[in-house]
Amino acid sequence: MPVTAPSFAPATIDTVIEAVEHPAQSVASLVLRRSDGQQFPAWEAGSHIDVHLENGLIRQYSLCSSRQSLSELRIGVLRTPDSRGGSAHVHDALRAGETLRISAPRNNFPLVDSRKYLFLAGGIGITPIIPMLEAVEAAGRQWVLYYGGRSRDTMAFARELEATYGTEKVKIIAEDVEGRLNLQEILGMPRAHMLVYACGPGGMLGAIEDFCMGWPPGVLHTERFVANDLGAGGNTEPFEVELSLTGTTVTVDTHQSILEAVEQAGARVLSSCRAGLCGTCETRIVSGEAEHRDAALTEADKDAGEVMMVCVSRAAAGCSRLVLEL
Amino acid sequence: MSTILHEPAIFTEDPFDPAVIADPYPFLARLREAGSVSYLEATGSYAVAGYEEVYEVLTDFETYSSAGGLGPRDIRKDEAWRPPSILESDPPIHTVMRRALTGVINPGTVRALRGPFTPPAVELTTALAKLQGFDAITDLAEKYPLRVFPDAVGIPEEGREHLLPYGNMVFNAFGPENYIFKQAFAQGDAHAAAVMKSCQRESMDEVGFGAQIWAKVAEGLISEQQATLLVRALLSAGVDTTIFGIGNTLSVLARYPEAWAQLRKNPSMAKFAVDEALRLESPFQKFHRTVAVDTVLGGVKLEAGTKVLVFLGAANRDPRKWGEDADSFSLDRSSSGHVAFGMGLHQCVGQPIARMEMEIVLQQLLERVQTIEPAGAPVPIIHNVLRGFESLPVSITAAR
Ligand code: HEM
Ligand code: FES
Repeated sequence: MPVTAPSFAPATIDTVIEAVEHPAQSVASLVLRRSDGQQFPAWEAGSHIDVHLENGLIRQYSLCSSRQSLSELRIGVLRTPDSRGGSAHVHDALRAGETLRISAPRNNFPLVDSRKYLFLAGGIGITPIIPMLEAVEAAGRQWVLYYGGRSRDTMAFARELEATYGTEKVKIIAEDVEGRLNLQEILGMPRAHMLVYACGPGGMLGAIEDFCMGWPPGVLHTERFVANDLGAGGNTEPFEVELSLTGTTVTVDTHQSILEAVEQAGARVLSSCRAGLCGTCETRIVSGEAEHRDAALTEADKDAGEVMMVCVSRAAAGCSRLVLEL
Repeated sequence: MSTILHEPAIFTEDPFDPAVIADPYPFLARLREAGSVSYLEATGSYAVAGYEEVYEVLTDFETYSSAGGLGPRDIRKDEAWRPPSILESDPPIHTVMRRALTGVINPGTVRALRGPFTPPAVELTTALAKLQGFDAITDLAEKYPLRVFPDAVGIPEEGREHLLPYGNMVFNAFGPENYIFKQAFAQGDAHAAAVMKSCQRESMDEVGFGAQIWAKVAEGLISEQQATLLVRALLSAGVDTTIFGIGNTLSVLARYPEAWAQLRKNPSMAKFAVDEALRLESPFQKFHRTVAVDTVLGGVKLEAGTKVLVFLGAANRDPRKWGEDADSFSLDRSSSGHVAFGMGLHQCVGQPIARMEMEIVLQQLLERVQTIEPAGAPVPIIHNVLRGFESLPVSITAAR
């Protein structure tokens, strides 16, 4: 959830807690109605509200109710063990019938129109995705959701989503049964006109960002539900690449592939899929160590470390300079 | 969230008309301009020719299925069921076959072939450079892949004469059952039987791609039937395409003497020249996909079960992707992203081999030939889906 404070104080709305439900282990779901009996303002899929807690804390939670009924809002709150009291307070202190002050809904995770969507949710990251599914289904778009979690009993709204949309579209992957979401398989193949919306823990989002390197720019939309948990999904630090044939040195930024960076600097590299699949961009490593992210090289080739696919692979953590035969 | 839908442009010209096949590009430009998606009256299928739509169809294998076959009929409706080849399958069947094949053909195994693939090219080009001219197809493009590729697969000498006619059949079947198709299938059974024999485990040498594919049966990854089909896929997809690739590259370079001169100075550019020639004269011009679920493409509604004819060769010349000079060859252009090898799930497994064969032949020719130019009109092959030449006379001056 975004932690940046808004530059103005958003209008607050007083609400009454209509119900407190427990859709999964350690997840509380609050249904809110306005104290004045009015409707809530219309909101867009992906929106969140600020919740003003009694102890002075302000926390942001994504809305996961239907936008069709503006008489109530629903949020889902995971109890996090190291929380500074926000989620614990919601779980332990809030009861049905009590009042709660919230902000008007705001959206930092807007849904862009596209013909096809791939939704990826990890744990409580499902919440902002729920209204998105409702919106794309109503608009007749093609979509599929992969929802991963530790076990089914920790995965809020999983059964509800399966029942509403069917298991063709809603893929529930419980780690204790099927293992983790296989991101390589889900994201290995870039698709045209498909946007990827992902919400979940930092580690998962880091990995998703890695796998989306080969997708057209701008397709990936993410929201981290724990803003400070940016867990490392491999080396995303900028690093330098020296082109041994010309002596030029190029900096590869966090959100850039080596291929893009060296092409911008005027070097020519043969490439085709730009997704680590076809092997066309194979480049000889003169010195330095690569972190291989392609699906073209065999494990033996990756271990030998003599060549790399520059469309997706990067410098290994701790290697700040790669020298490539370019 | 709304998309404005429109009807497809109705197109009356037949893409499989021999006159269109002989000179396809004016037709393809008209098709591209007609609209994002056209309906071809001649074949009763939809057609996409713009880069954006072609890329979308190729990369969205869930919506645009291969399991209906690459031809105009839905092979799933055929009476006689036959096990699907890798080209005609969707995941999960495709997944195991693809994994078996990429375990065998990958950047590492192809790298090791550069050694054995070079001497035949040296030999052929040395002999040709002594002449004042030759036929770039019959004297070179057709000879080279047959010298190296069947050996790499490891099939016996006997029966190799069936490879070209067999490939011709397989690919022509991606078009309608017209006169061209019937010609290709004239002695179909004999060619098919001979090639199937070459695909058996007993026929293989011990080290080639064929033997390695059969080893995947022992590992339990694929069935014996799938192994046969995979070797057959290599034999049918790996020869004609590369012959046309080499021939088409030379047909382009013979028309661009400055590019030849530039390449002579800098032979390491050969691979970029090959890539640009593949874009401009794509050997595999078109094939079909089957719409798996009702969908919308380029603002046009497509119903499940209909066929879409995908024009790779037209996408590779789309000015919206490649600029106003899309129809000309440029060594300075980055042709990255062209779809001559397809894109996405089914993107050509043989791509590294094909690129290497083409690059080796070109580099060896550059070393020995100072200038090359057309010496008469090239004769295009009349083929339902492949683009190439039967004959391409060139005159040359030898390098001193
Ligand atoms: C210049 C030469 C070549 C061209 C233009 C070419 C073109 C293509 C194209 C466009 C596809 C994609 C078909 C689709 O999407 O349905 C393809 C697939 C394939 N090609 Fe090639 N190819 C060439 C050489 C080769 C060679 C040398 C081999 C064998 C070593 C080969 C084996 C295959 C196989 C097995 C597939 C099927 C892959 C799959 O379905 O996953 N090709 N090729
Ligand atoms: S361009 Fe295909 S692997 Fe890099």
